[in-house]
Amino acid sequence: MNAPDLPAAWTAVCAVADIPVLGARRVRRPDGVEIAVFRAEADRIYALLDRCPHKGGPLSQGIVLGDAVACPLHNWTIRLEDGRAREPDEGCTPTFGVKVEAGQVWLRHDELLAPIAAMRTAHCDGAACAEA
Amino acid sequence: MNKPKLVLVGNGMAGVRALEELLKLAPDLYDITVFGAEPHPNYNRILLSPVLAGEQTIEQIILNPLSWYADNGITLHTGKTVVEIDRIRRVVRTDDGLEAPYDRLLLAMGSLPFILPVPGKELDGVIAYRDIKDTETMIDAARAHKHAVVIGGGLLGLEAANGLMLRGMDVTVVHIMPWLMERQLDDVAGKLLQKSLEDRGLKFLLGAQTQALLGNDAGRVRAVQFKDGSEIPADLVVMAAGIRPNTALAESAGIHCSRGIVVTDTLQTVTDPRIYAVGECAAHRGIAYGLVAPLFEQGKVVANHLAQMGIGRYTGSQTSTKLKVTGIDLFSAGNFMGGEGCEDIVLSDPFSGVYKRLVVKGDQLVGACLYGDTVDGSWYFKLLREGRKVSDIRDKLMFGESHLGDAGHQGQSKAQLMADADEVCGCNGVNKGAICKAIKDKGLFTLEEVRKHTKASASCGSCTGLVEQLLMFTAGGDYSAAPKKKALCGCTEASHQDVRDAIREQHLLTIADVYAALGWRTPNGCSSCRPALNYYLISTWPHEAKDDPQSRFINERSHANIQKDGTYSVVPRMWGGETSAAELRRIADVVDKYKIPTVKVTGGQRIDLLGVKKEDLQNVWHDIGMPSGHAYAKALRTVKTCVGSEWCRFGTQDSTSMGKILERATWRMYAPHKVKFAVSGCPRNCAEAGIKDVGIIGVDSGWEMYVAGNGGIKTEVAQFLVKLKTQEEVLEYTGAFIQLYREEGWYLERTVHFIARVGLDYVKQRVLGDAAGRVALWERLQFALQGEPDPWFELDKAQVDARQFIPIVPVAAALGEPA
Repeated sequence: MNAPDLPAAWTAVCAVADIPVLGARRVRRPDGVEIAVFRAEADRIYALLDRCPHKGGPLSQGIVLGDAVACPLHNWTIRLEDGRAREPDEGCTPTFGVKVEAGQVWLRHDELLAPIAAMRTAHCDGAACAEA
Repeated sequence: MNKPKLVLVGNGMAGVRALEELLKLAPDLYDITVFGAEPHPNYNRILLSPVLAGEQTIEQIILNPLSWYADNGITLHTGKTVVEIDRIRRVVRTDDGLEAPYDRLLLAMGSLPFILPVPGKELDGVIAYRDIKDTETMIDAARAHKHAVVIGGGLLGLEAANGLMLRGMDVTVVHIMPWLMERQLDDVAGKLLQKSLEDRGLKFLLGAQTQALLGNDAGRVRAVQFKDGSEIPADLVVMAAGIRPNTALAESAGIHCSRGIVVTDTLQTVTDPRIYAVGECAAHRGIAYGLVAPLFEQGKVVANHLAQMGIGRYTGSQTSTKLKVTGIDLFSAGNFMGGEGCEDIVLSDPFSGVYKRLVVKGDQLVGACLYGDTVDGSWYFKLLREGRKVSDIRDKLMFGESHLGDAGHQGQSKAQLMADADEVCGCNGVNKGAICKAIKDKGLFTLEEVRKHTKASASCGSCTGLVEQLLMFTAGGDYSAAPKKKALCGCTEASHQDVRDAIREQHLLTIADVYAALGWRTPNGCSSCRPALNYYLISTWPHEAKDDPQSRFINERSHANIQKDGTYSVVPRMWGGETSAAELRRIADVVDKYKIPTVKVTGGQRIDLLGVKKEDLQNVWHDIGMPSGHAYAKALRTVKTCVGSEWCRFGTQDSTSMGKILERATWRMYAPHKVKFAVSGCPRNCAEAGIKDVGIIGVDSGWEMYVAGNGGIKTEVAQFLVKLKTQEEVLEYTGAFIQLYREEGWYLERTVHFIARVGLDYVKQRVLGDAAGRVALWERLQFALQGEPDPWFELDKAQVDARQFIPIVPVAAALGEPA
């Protein structure tokens, strides 16, 4: 059992087993909106801001299908890998760096603390990204 | 890379649609080469009429721009006609000598116009109406010339004539038959159509036989001459007297043709299984289809086969017709002429210009011809395709069903009369103009596509009928109406019924079993199929199949209703709508303790606590100490009652205790959709039992039972099922009816839609006609509910994952200032 290489940069959140298969858990952040940590098929773990780009629905409460989640409010499908809405819908939600080591899920410490306004994804032009 | 080579001959709607379907299933399987004789990418041939009429441009009707071919790695040769298929070497050769090898060959050359064999047919100014070039020739002719004659009074001819007239020409339609569109309309509707087109300025010569086309010195046509020797002037003659499948290429390669290239149910030619044919050039079971919907169904099957999945079969299509002439509303389908053994139901209102003829044979609708009011065309078409028995709705058949809800679109029922700015979808605020624009610009053909792109009709669905009309009208009459069998979702070809049958017949017990048995295309389904499969499994095999909470919507996973801000609402159960001081006190205390912002009395006589945080849900349930109201579930919601004979001076029966008995017997009962009951103590019906899934109305001599009412999107009055004497009977009959619905209803189908599908006669036969069967149904419901837990108090037994209520808080140090 190795400890993560840079302990200061990562924060342990829970064990993979603590997340339901094809489900999600919510992780508290200091400035309010939570992070949804998903467990897709074959224990692939993803982390998104828990807020749909459409009307802000809590994605953690949606149905996980493949590597995507259907928002519980209006059924937009959001890809877990890059937070983008599946076409023809448009928009994206910020993603978070996540890693799994020895069955333990870690989130990036700085991202956990960052204010929402600073969050963008590499795939997002910013304009379509949900504002706080 | 040694991918097999697929060659498509014919760059039109049928062939390219097949490629699109193939790319969806197997994007990288083939090296694809496409040959098209026209110099254009794939365009929507149906919309040539609006182009001719000046309502759209060529650019607007392109379906697949050149970039689409490039993006998908398809080699496209436009302006090249394939003239030879060498089946030994497996290559095709074009007129300019280009060769392309194939492993699989798809023929989709479409059809050729039939040119009347009369003298003068080769004169300048004599054309067919088939492609962009013909359309451009007509547009040019309309600028320079005055007199146009269209030979052929069918769909195509009338659309051509209308377009030329709108472009300023003086147009005469010559038709050999006694009325217009004789293959789609009966004589009455044909005459109505003629009158309406004459009012717009078209002229008609019916029963006229063309003998020759006469030319001038310059070799251009100048007149049309008839058998009786008479002549009319013509500077442009459009031949629209029919089409013939384009089979010359196939015939030259020795492929068997008979009224088209003869294909099997997998769209393979009977001669050479490497060669497939789809669209207007293919003859399937003796029929060459010329409409879009069948071509698209064929495309799906051929793609499935090319993708080596091999489970698709094409078994033929029923087709319907609609004329694309702005402002003229006509629809026909099936055998609308009737005949031996058929009966006609006719409505004729000359003043309003409405004519409807329905042809019934035995107890089925076999044909429909509508003029002036086609709102119900798609419903009739559906009855026809499905072959549903109509004896129980025969008296109402003529007046239509109309998919339209009662609210949200200003009472409009005819899409054509609406202005572009009028709202069609009241849920998502989509107006007519936006829908029509999306249909045109994005080349949409199906209701699903329109829902995806515009959101219209994607929420409550009450405007579905209007959107279908807009589709028919904008995309063309042959828009792809729901196919005979509708797939459950995009993950499968199987329909709801196929899935239910497979689960029962093969004794499937898990969602994974269903995926395997029916060949699901996705690894873990989607948000449409998983809840459906989960329900089918647990309702078919109670106590055997295991519930899968991750395949339920959030409401049924957290046992509360999610609200727009992510909080939840809690509705405790109050049997029959009765409560007590102690219950109300506990509720009041909970509201204070958890600072619940809103308390609301519901339409079903319950109390709704809104704005509860997810973390508080368990404690709220515990502190209230009342059973789950299942207000969040596809399950029995409420039994609404009036006070009944215990207090009411008019009451004839004790409706409150009847309601409580019913509610205690059927709560915790998951169903295809939500279920609501009501019990009234006298015919004044204060509990509104007439709009409930089961409505019981007390009368002096007993109870009347009504079923399949609905108060929602479209108000549907419940239908009388039976008169009963005792409370025990009410319980047994209600239980039996609702169990029938639980076992045979499709997921998300309310009882009203279930009965619209299977017929009230069927329900009567199962619940009234078969006493032993009724008892068995009622017993199966009781068995299913045995030991069913209350999810608010027996979380483990109900498989409620309590971890969902607790957010993870990373260790305090981690959330402090970074070191």
